[in-house]
Amino acid sequence: MHMTSGLLILPVLIPLLTAVGCLLGRRWRGVQRVLGVIGAVALLVTSVGLLREVWVHGIQSAQMGNWPAPFGITLVADVFSAVMVLVAAIIHFAITIYSLGTMDMRREAYGYYTLLNILLMGVCGAFLTGDLFNLYVWFEVLLIASFVLMALGGERAQMEGAFKYVTLNLLSSALFLAAVGILYGAVGTLNLADLAERMPQVASPGVVTTIAMLFLVAFGIKAATFPLFFWLPASYHTPPVAVSAVFAGLLTKVGVYALIRVFTLLFVHDTGYTHTIILWISALTMITGVLGAVSQNEFRRILSFHIISQIGYMTLGLGLLTPLGIAGSVFYIFHHIIVKTNLFLVSGVVQRLRGTFELKPLGGLYRLYPVLGILFLIPALSLAGLPPLSGFFAKFALVKAGLAVEENIVVGVALFVGLITLLSMMKIWGEAFWKEPDGEPVEGNPPLRHVWLLTLPIMLLAAITLTIGLMPEPFFEVATRAAEQLLDPREYIDAVLRGRP
Amino acid sequence: MEVVLAFVIGGLYAAGIYLILRRSIVKLALGLSLLGNAANLLIFTAGRLTRGNPPLVAEGHTALAYPYADPLPQALILTAIVIGFGVMAFALVLIHRAYQTVGSDDLDDLKSTDR
Repeated sequence: MHMTSGLLILPVLIPLLTAVGCLLGRRWRGVQRVLGVIGAVALLVTSVGLLREVWVHGIQSAQMGNWPAPFGITLVADVFSAVMVLVAAIIHFAITIYSLGTMDMRREAYGYYTLLNILLMGVCGAFLTGDLFNLYVWFEVLLIASFVLMALGGERAQMEGAFKYVTLNLLSSALFLAAVGILYGAVGTLNLADLAERMPQVASPGVVTTIAMLFLVAFGIKAATFPLFFWLPASYHTPPVAVSAVFAGLLTKVGVYALIRVFTLLFVHDTGYTHTIILWISALTMITGVLGAVSQNEFRRILSFHIISQIGYMTLGLGLLTPLGIAGSVFYIFHHIIVKTNLFLVSGVVQRLRGTFELKPLGGLYRLYPVLGILFLIPALSLAGLPPLSGFFAKFALVKAGLAVEENIVVGVALFVGLITLLSMMKIWGEAFWKEPDGEPVEGNPPLRHVWLLTLPIMLLAAITLTIGLMPEPFFEVATRAAEQLLDPREYIDAVLRGRP
Repeated sequence: MEVVLAFVIGGLYAAGIYLILRRSIVKLALGLSLLGNAANLLIFTAGRLTRGNPPLVAEGHTALAYPYADPLPQALILTAIVIGFGVMAFALVLIHRAYQTVGSDDLDDLKSTDR
C-alpha cells in the first residue's frame, strides 16, 4: 500500500523537484543540465517500475492526504495510464539529451529546463489523476508551461504562434470548466470512479449527452480534432525544435487520453450517438489533416498537419469502442508519439545542416549524410504504415477492428489517408534528401555542434520504432490488457472506491 | 434566482465570445477573462443556490443536511479564479511583448504563421 502510493506520486514529484532544482541553479548552466538529465533518467526508471507494478498487481490507486474516495483526490494508475507515463518519460529523456546540444544560452538562462519539467509534471499528473477537476488543474499546469515554452525567446513568429495557441487553449479550458460545473450539478461528485458508478442513475439522460458533447468539444480542441485543430498548424512550427518536438509528441496526446478516459468510463450510455459522432470526426480529421499536409512546403508545417491526421486514427479506435479498436488506439498512441517526436528531431538536424526548413532549397542530404537519411526513413515509413515498422501494425489493428463492425467507409478513409501520408513523406524524402540541391549548401545558423547529443535521441527513438515493428507481440499484449481495463470499468471503480490492496 | 443568474451567465459568455472575435489584442484578452468568469459563475449556480446557509455540518450530525451551501463548488471556483489570474497575468505580458515585437495591436498583422 505504502509502496504503491509512493510509486504513484513519484512521476509527479520527480519533475517538480527537478524543476525547482533547475530554477534554484539557473545561474549555473552546468547545474541545470546535469539536474535535467538526472531528473529525466529518474522519471524513466520510475515509469518502468510503475508499469511493472500495475501489470503484476492490477490497477493501483492512492488517496491523497488520506481522505477516502470519493471525497479526496485519488491518483489511479491502470495499464493505459502507466503506458502513457512511460512513453512521456521516454520522450522527456530524448528531448533533454537533444536540448543539451541545441538550446541556446539565453533560453536556458530563462528557465527552459524548469519549464520542460513543469510541463512533464502536468502531463504525468493528468495521466495519473482519478478526479475530473484535478484533471483540469493538471491540464492548466501543462498549458501554462507550454505557453511560456512557446513564447520563450521572443521571436516574432513565436509571438504570433503563441497568440493563437493561447487563445484557443484558454477557450478550451473555459469550456472544460463549464462542463465540469454542469456535470457536478447533475451528478454531485467529480471523482471519476464515483461518476462512473452514478452516471446511469442521473434523472435526465439528455443532460448527460449534452455534457458529453461539451467534453468532446473541450478535449477536441486540446487534441486537435476536426474542426477545432486550426491552432496547431499556426503555432507548432514556431518555437525551437526541441520544444516543437515535445509539443508534437505529448500535448495533443494528453487531449486524446482525456477523450478516451471520459468516453470509456463516463459517457457510455448513449454510444449510438456519441461514439458515432467521434467516428465521423475521426474520418474528417484524418482527411483534412493529410490534405493540409500535402499542400505545405516546409518541413515542420507538413509534420504539424500530419499530427492532426494521425489524431484521427487514435480517435477512430475510440469511436469503434471494441476491444480490438481500443487496443489499436492505445498501440497507435504509443507508436505515434515516438515517431512524431523523432521526425521533428530529424527536421532540427536538417535545419542545423542546411540553415532552412523550406523544402525547395534543400537537397542532396542522403548523398552526404546517409545515416541521417536512414534515420529519417525509419520514422517516416512507420508514420505511413509500412511493414515491418510499428505504424503498420497500429494501422492494421485499427483497420481490422473497423471491418469487424462493418464501418467500411471510415476504414476506407483510413487506408486512403495512409496512402497520402506515404506520398507526403516521400515528398519530403525526395525534396530534402534525394534531389540535387539548387545552389551551394548554406550551413545553419547556429551550426551543427555536439553531433552525438543530437543523434543519440534520434537513434534511440528509431531503435524503439524498429523494435516495436519487429516484435509487436508484447506491446500489443499490453495494449490489449489496457483496452480490457478501459472497456470494463469495474476493476477501476473497485480499485478506487473499495481500496483493494 | 437561478433564472436571473442563467441570463447573467449567458450574457457574460456572449460578451466574452464577442470580444474574442475583435481585432484588438487587448479586447481578445478581456474576452478570455470574461469567459473564465462566466464559467466560474456557472459552477456557482450548478452547486445549488441558497440564502445565508453555512457550508457546515450541523451539531450532532455526520452529514450535510438540506439547506446548506455546498462547499465543493466554492473550492472549485476559488481554484479556477486563481488559475485564471495566473493565466491572465501571462497573457498580459505576452500582449506587451507581442506589441513590442510586432509593432501593432491589430490581430490582422499577426497572420504570417497562418499560411
